[in-house]
Amino acid sequence: MAHETAQTHLHEPRSFWTRYIFSQDHKIIAAQYILTSLFMGFVALVLSWLMRLQLGWPEHPIPLLSKLFPGLYQDGVLKPESYLALITMHGTLMVFFFITAILLGGFGNLLIPLQVGARDMAYPFVNMLSYWVFLLSCIVILASFFVTGGAAAAGWTAYPPLSGVQKAVPGSGLGQDLWLIAMAIFIVSSVMGGLNYVTTALNMRTRGMSMGRLPLTVWALLITAILGLLAFPALFAGAVLLLLDRHLGTSFFVPYVVVGGEHIPHEGGNPLLWQHLFWFLGHPEVYIAILPAMGIVSEVISTNARKPIFGYRVMVLSICAIAFLSFIVWGHHMFISGMNPYLGTAFMVTTLLIAVPSAIKTFNWVATLWRGNLRFTTAMLFAIGFVSVFVTGGLTGIFLGNPPVDIQLTDTYFVVAHFHIVMGMGSVFGIFAGLYHWFPKLFGRMLSERLGRWHFWLTFVGVYGIFFPMHYLGFLNVPRRYYGFSGYDFIPPDAQTIQLLISIAALIVGAAQLLFLYNFIHSWIRGPKAPANPWQGTTLEWQAPSPPPHGNWGPELPVVHRWAYDYSVPGAPEDYIPQTVPLEPVPVEDRGGDGVGSGGNGNALDR
Amino acid sequence: MALSAPRTAAEILSGDWSGGRSPFGVSWQKLMMWIFVLSDAFIFGSFLVSYGTTRATLPNWPNAAEIFALHIGGREIPLLLIAIMTFILVSSSGTMALAVHAAYERNRRRAAVFLTLTMLLGLTFVGCQAYEWTHLIRDLGVRPWGNPFGAPQFGAYFFTLTGFHGLHVLSGVILLGFVARRVLQGAYDRKGSYEMVEVAGLYWHFVDLVWVFIFTFFYLF
Repeated sequence: MAHETAQTHLHEPRSFWTRYIFSQDHKIIAAQYILTSLFMGFVALVLSWLMRLQLGWPEHPIPLLSKLFPGLYQDGVLKPESYLALITMHGTLMVFFFITAILLGGFGNLLIPLQVGARDMAYPFVNMLSYWVFLLSCIVILASFFVTGGAAAAGWTAYPPLSGVQKAVPGSGLGQDLWLIAMAIFIVSSVMGGLNYVTTALNMRTRGMSMGRLPLTVWALLITAILGLLAFPALFAGAVLLLLDRHLGTSFFVPYVVVGGEHIPHEGGNPLLWQHLFWFLGHPEVYIAILPAMGIVSEVISTNARKPIFGYRVMVLSICAIAFLSFIVWGHHMFISGMNPYLGTAFMVTTLLIAVPSAIKTFNWVATLWRGNLRFTTAMLFAIGFVSVFVTGGLTGIFLGNPPVDIQLTDTYFVVAHFHIVMGMGSVFGIFAGLYHWFPKLFGRMLSERLGRWHFWLTFVGVYGIFFPMHYLGFLNVPRRYYGFSGYDFIPPDAQTIQLLISIAALIVGAAQLLFLYNFIHSWIRGPKAPANPWQGTTLEWQAPSPPPHGNWGPELPVVHRWAYDYSVPGAPEDYIPQTVPLEPVPVEDRGGDGVGSGGNGNALDR
Repeated sequence: MALSAPRTAAEILSGDWSGGRSPFGVSWQKLMMWIFVLSDAFIFGSFLVSYGTTRATLPNWPNAAEIFALHIGGREIPLLLIAIMTFILVSSSGTMALAVHAAYERNRRRAAVFLTLTMLLGLTFVGCQAYEWTHLIRDLGVRPWGNPFGAPQFGAYFFTLTGFHGLHVLSGVILLGFVARRVLQGAYDRKGSYEMVEVAGLYWHFVDLVWVFIFTFFYLF
């Protein structure tokens, strides 16, 4: 049986190295993932500051920056080719090395075993390997800043021929190679992680933890892990083929090209093929980024509204529907690529279909909040903030899903605004909600709620200050990825004023993240000790001490008797009933709400 | 839950999935291998679909039957080597199945013998592949960037597809070697389960199945 396997890992490691560095404990690995990916996110944040400085104050010399980043700056002014490297690396680091890594590697590792009542992941050794391989990919991608020509500059989508020809731009040299290699290594790491997440969530559930009693976080992480396992292979194959194009002279993607008057020896390659392979990963990837955030938000909202999540079963179905649809919408990134327009219409239909499960989820979050006994913890604020940005960014997604509108707005700031709000800010708000909610469980100390509120309000107002005006830039047809905008007649001068305001907002939001950094470090060392269940939650992890010991539970595994959302059950002595409390002691006639799980498919299974 | 009477679908669903046991009694090792195989299938799928779309858009794809012909006794026999290679690999799946069978009978010696036989067949396959590559590169002048027969992508996809598959066969041989050693050491007797032989077999059969697709779509079409 699965659980005996887990118990063989129970002997606790004693030495510092096996306990904290080469640890196979899922909680330590979660902490390693969280710290590493926060660092990568911080690097990506700094890159965005450099871009906003250039966009807000074009070519204004800042001598200090030349000293800090000698490779990127010349005489205090950002080099144009460096700007391309900045957009590429900002996107890549944020999407893969921060958001994906922290949600799956960090929260997946922390929450899956704890919330299903397991002692650890199914295969702890491979889990550890997954982190170390991830760290290797981080080192490789960061190293690309320091090679000749600088980091990759073909955008996070790495379209050939820009990424396929060595001499295309300075960043197309070694920087692009390291980008491709880092991505391939990252994918290997994510497969190793994903195998564990799926197997653990399916096979290591404790007694009574039926699928209908899984917290929505586990559902979201499980489906996300499956998405990753099926979507990343396409990019892996693409990366291998692109590397061969670059070094072995094959022409998978690179057509007949002339660079600087010189014919590069390629012929017959198909650049569209790369776009298909990339977006077959790329679109599921945005759901890999947002589904775990949705799971976290469901959990945080239900706990802090002291109400069962509204429509649990529909929430699960929506996650599955979104995951399925995410595999058949990738063409909406390619409306102007020269793809068959009839295909574009098909992709439009599937794209607009995703609005249905997304709207259902939004409705359910709002319905959960409705007449709840709301506790505005920082985690709750970020969770509500998530719902806000998800609606705002989701609506523009419906615009962009229509080819007639998209063709007009493609490659403008409207697109930048859309995906930053819905996928970027959506995921980040989910991550922050999760960090404020589970930090006490992972590190055994409370984060400062006062600093947290400052962090939330500055971030929330600030990101609207950044991204809302970008929609108007998009209407003015201001193109994205441009280093500067002087000399383009079609762009009105007012656009620069908007850019300036956006830059100021961006720097304020950036400063707010330093507040979070301070809170994180300070609370880790000096924060008040966390009780086992600071938010009066029902799920299993709150029944373990903070932080949970090696093996999570004492000698006995917890046994689950009810679903994850028994909040404010009428007649119960407290406004929450942990999943481990048997059904009998609470004499309740009407379970209220839709009562899925607690009364539904679970009862007959106990004992 | 007593299992005396045949269980209804609802009972299986609620029982197997209720937690505290593996759904359908599948161990995590086997489940993990299944999921890995599924993920790996998507890599091969991506390669094969890329190959298919590329080939469909190019006018001058070479005739595979002519290129992959063996010259025996003054006659060109198309796809002879490939047929032999396919036969070898499919046979290795047979010996693999026998190894799994022997493992569940706890017959250590028999299991190890069939595992070794499977490895040998796998190595023979890779050997044939090495011969084929040498022949194509040295005698026919096929290169990743071009060939005398037509579209340069022919060589590119040939080396990528067969190379990636060959690497899988080689990793399979290493995996089987590891498992065979554990069998001979009696590690699975001590553990009380020979399931790892079956898990390794899953991977082996998968690699075999992938070859069937490469054989069909690259060589036959």
